[in-house]
Amino acid sequence: MNVRRSRAPRAVAVVGLAGVLVAMPWIHATIPGVFSSSLNSPGTLNLLALCFVFGGLALTYDLLFGFTGLLSFGHALYFATGVYTTAIALSRWHWTLWHALLLTAAVSVLLPLALGAICLRTRGIPFAMVTLAFAQAGSILVMQNPFGLTGGEEGLALGADALPAPLVGVVNTHNLYWVALAFLAFTYAVGWWVVHSPPGRVWQAIRENEGRVEVLGLNPYRYKLLAFVVSSLLASAAGVVYLLLQGGANPEVTTASFTLALLVMVVLGGVGTLWGAVLGGIIYQYLDFRLVALAGAPALQGLPSVLRLPLSEPLFILGALFVALVLFFPGGLGGVAKRA
Amino acid sequence: MATVVLLTVTGLGLGALYFLIASGLSLIWGLMRVLNFAHGAFFTIASYAAWTAGEALAGIPSLPLRWLAGLVAGVVAGALVAALTEVVLIRPLYRQQIGQVLVTVGLALAAVALVEGGFGSDPKQLALPAWMTATTTILGASIPNTRVLVIVVALAVLGVLLLFLQHTRYGLIVRAGVENRAMVSALGIDVERAFTLVFAIGGAAAGLAGVLGGAYYGTIDPVRGTALLIFAFIVVMIGGLGSITGSAIAAAVVGLLQQFLNFYAATGSGDFAVVLLLAGVLLVRPGGVAGSIT
Amino acid sequence: MSSGRVLLEARDLHVHLGESHILQGVSLVVREGGITGLLGRNGAGKTTTLRGMLGLVPRTGSVTLDGEELIGLPVHEVVRRGIGYVPEDRDVFASLTVAENLRLAERPGSALRYDLVYELFPEIKTRAAQKAGTLSGGQQQMLALSRALLNAGNRVLLIDEPTKGLAPLVVKHVADVLQRAAEVATILLVEQNLSVAHRLVRDVIVLDQGRVAYTGNVDALMGDAALARQYLGLAAVARGH
Repeated sequence: MNVRRSRAPRAVAVVGLAGVLVAMPWIHATIPGVFSSSLNSPGTLNLLALCFVFGGLALTYDLLFGFTGLLSFGHALYFATGVYTTAIALSRWHWTLWHALLLTAAVSVLLPLALGAICLRTRGIPFAMVTLAFAQAGSILVMQNPFGLTGGEEGLALGADALPAPLVGVVNTHNLYWVALAFLAFTYAVGWWVVHSPPGRVWQAIRENEGRVEVLGLNPYRYKLLAFVVSSLLASAAGVVYLLLQGGANPEVTTASFTLALLVMVVLGGVGTLWGAVLGGIIYQYLDFRLVALAGAPALQGLPSVLRLPLSEPLFILGALFVALVLFFPGGLGGVAKRA
Repeated sequence: MATVVLLTVTGLGLGALYFLIASGLSLIWGLMRVLNFAHGAFFTIASYAAWTAGEALAGIPSLPLRWLAGLVAGVVAGALVAALTEVVLIRPLYRQQIGQVLVTVGLALAAVALVEGGFGSDPKQLALPAWMTATTTILGASIPNTRVLVIVVALAVLGVLLLFLQHTRYGLIVRAGVENRAMVSALGIDVERAFTLVFAIGGAAAGLAGVLGGAYYGTIDPVRGTALLIFAFIVVMIGGLGSITGSAIAAAVVGLLQQFLNFYAATGSGDFAVVLLLAGVLLVRPGGVAGSIT
Repeated sequence: MSSGRVLLEARDLHVHLGESHILQGVSLVVREGGITGLLGRNGAGKTTTLRGMLGLVPRTGSVTLDGEELIGLPVHEVVRRGIGYVPEDRDVFASLTVAENLRLAERPGSALRYDLVYELFPEIKTRAAQKAGTLSGGQQQMLALSRALLNAGNRVLLIDEPTKGLAPLVVKHVADVLQRAAEVATILLVEQNLSVAHRLVRDVIVLDQGRVAYTGNVDALMGDAALARQYLGLAAVARGH
């Protein structure tokens, strides 16, 4: 009976929020304390766009971990696949953006298909360890700079001519912002559709009780592989948008720490909820950014070193926050909201 | 020939470090089914505890004494932090396997960041006794003494662990607990105390690795523990989850493979080959081997 | 109903496993001495009652041993109060030797009855160095019983289907042993083999769908064909009378 009363305002809020987000590049307003410059400044738009990318990326991870119950420690590999395949095609081989995207799409399906087929021979914690090992192999490969393709530790910058003009330069930040927003909307839509589709329901059944799915005559392995490939492919798409935003690839996105950050995002937002994961990704990225600023803040310099040292390490704060969440609010922000 | 000998000893030395980390992971996994991501942090904390102890004792002229004091400090720090981790973070999440992994992930992130904040991210040097910076000629190859040291220590730890498991009451409890924790407690045994003990032993071994790693590599830094941890995971998987002897053999294989390929093929190809080896093992033997812990 | 002192008592014991409500308020008393039978059809909640009393499954309600409340204590503390447990699947430690299995059961501070164990099961002594996993089912059952009998401090033994899957000769041996064991401890016995139960047991408690359906003398239950069929199934009638 509450449905009619509560749905309408919610729909209005969602449409309103979407309108504001789309119109952001025209809003010349400041929110003191939240953003250091006006909303439509390139700095703020870039930060927001990064937040959207990580929101979407966290969602792809949640499809795997939250909805299918597969704890992967190697999701960074598939994000990095998007970043590096596109970057190499564009700046080493000077392909057009569309050709580069086609190649990236192909690689982003085949790689998780092959690796997922192997990793999914294990279950539970061993699965986590194996995915970690493969991601580590990817990270090593990128660091070694094979054939001078990846740029090793230096990373790989996109030249100004590698991309279509509307996607290049600070003056075009609003275009990139829209790309990121569109990516998030697209990922959310695909995510919503897929978890409500028949395979998505099987994923959730596997998460609850894999044995029971088998008893029903379904092959959990195939469904898990599908979840692995879908979530990896979407993560690669996030990688492409990230590459456009950053104007280059850096090897940090291949590391295990990067996957762990994803895990923090999803747990922060609430495992197994789409909007929770998105929110977790956005908040994490925002905090990471702001906490770095905090580390250099003058107010912090006056504190005794016992307080200053931990507070000036964003990863310490995020790690400690994460531990507290797992111990005290296992449902994440989504769980807190549900309880309230 | 000299090169082969050097690579062999270096590979085994690396394997020795892997084993010191992997043995604790294996024990903890075997008894508690906890994947301890914070194990690399124990390594890091121990190496900085050793460095701090060495600095605090800068007035003592005897380098071997300072180094030994650092060793003790590192091992004790590793054991204490590990025991504390079990009691404070793992125990409240009893029976929640994923939650337990997640808190160790959070701890790993936070601890490494804290060390970085406190000591900086640049490598630091442990004060080493002269003997450790010297080399010994074995079969025509001049071998850094530290390589031999880590191998000897790792073998000793393997021996002590096996003796502990086979011949002590707690060893008996651990072996039984690996099979069936509930039945152990149904015999009136406080399994949780064994959990804390196993964490402390694992932490001490990782601490030992942290201090010896400082000698092996010549420096310590905040992120090496995490890098080694990933290979220790691979070692544990190849050796069969929960098997100490299996971990020892796998550690040697992985260390040798890495060194030889990195030298004779391209740099990094050894690391890559290790992951391929893991993939191969999984294809042949999915899920690893449960088996017995020794 | 015999009139010994109440040694072990459960009151309003509830156990939920996942979404199923397995025990729905079980109340029972075990009087000192002899063997009390815990009977019922498959899935009635017999094993869960034993496990719930020990704390091996999360439970609510009250369980007292000699008047002392056990709920709230961890499993090992419950056991140390003087309870021996022989689980349904024996649960001997397969990778440990026979001697090690027994050594693990030794409780510091409790007198040990190795002489009794060796007298009842001479094989336990001769096979001391053998891995428990290589024993036959009957031998494993004897090892499991030995572990529970070993500690003289065990006042109550909770024994779950000790004759399950054993050859008739071995069943007879186990039944003899249980009779001997009842001289040194009070036993709560889950037993599907009704002829064995009838021979050993004095008081019976019958569970049905997670509740106590019948409490009383074994002869009264077995003597009433309708009652036996209702609670224990057709087999009871066919085999018993």
